[in-house]
Amino acid sequence: MKRFFPAPLLSVSMFFLWLLLNVSVSPGNLVLAAALGIFAPLLLAPLRPQQAHIRRPRVIIRLLCRVGTDVVMSNLQVAKGVLRAGSRQPHSVFVHIPLDLRDAHGLAALSMITTVVPGTVWSELALDRSMLLLHVFDLKDEAAFIEHFKHAYERPLMEIFE
Amino acid sequence: MNESIELPFWLELATATLLLVGSLFALIGALGLVRLKDYFKRMHPPALATTLGTWCIALASILYFSALKQGPVLHAWLIPVLLSITVPVTTLLLARAALFRKRAAGEENIPAEISSGRDAGN
Repeated sequence: MKRFFPAPLLSVSMFFLWLLLNVSVSPGNLVLAAALGIFAPLLLAPLRPQQAHIRRPRVIIRLLCRVGTDVVMSNLQVAKGVLRAGSRQPHSVFVHIPLDLRDAHGLAALSMITTVVPGTVWSELALDRSMLLLHVFDLKDEAAFIEHFKHAYERPLMEIFE
Repeated sequence: MNESIELPFWLELATATLLLVGSLFALIGALGLVRLKDYFKRMHPPALATTLGTWCIALASILYFSALKQGPVLHAWLIPVLLSITVPVTTLLLARAALFRKRAAGEENIPAEISSGRDAGN
């Protein structure tokens, strides 16, 4: 079983991705979707030496909602910052954030989240994964920002991946 | 395709509003590239177009075509999902390249490398 489905979650996602892309559940598309779900993970397996272990679906859903609302809020903030840039340039700085998350997949998810949310860009990760350099568009309170970052994103990711 | 389907007014209004809001965010994102003064600041505004801009327009598409076809047509939502997987890769590459170049040029206000290894060429 493990040999034919090295990443069951990926197989299922590929299956539904194909059906969704084609907006159809005709027999032909079902066969193609199944083929994609079976062969894509097999072909990708050599590229993914570490298996991701994902737990706690409820935490995942809560994290997704959190990221969704944060994206909307920071969209508004960055938009405001851009429109006001004539009179006041935003206070952009690099922030050092000590990390507790060590799992490679968790860190990948964290880098996605921070970069998708406007106003923060992941810039550098220390080799031992203990420190993160983040560029922040308009920083007001560094301590509060770090607290929010750790509480909103890092803690849930540790629950999910570790 | 049946062109005589009359869509309710509120639905057309919602679709139009979503399209306008989405375009507005994309426009502000582009404007940011012109108005902001340094490279790292300019990395942020394009995210407006790839997040809320795209979300609104995808939502408008879903609303409109679901009503037109009398059933859920969700595949437009794949665009935001796939964008949020691919955009960070390019953004990250740009950020890393900019950091590398600015450090090599010895510019001010650029933090030193945080890698603790001796010559961590990461």
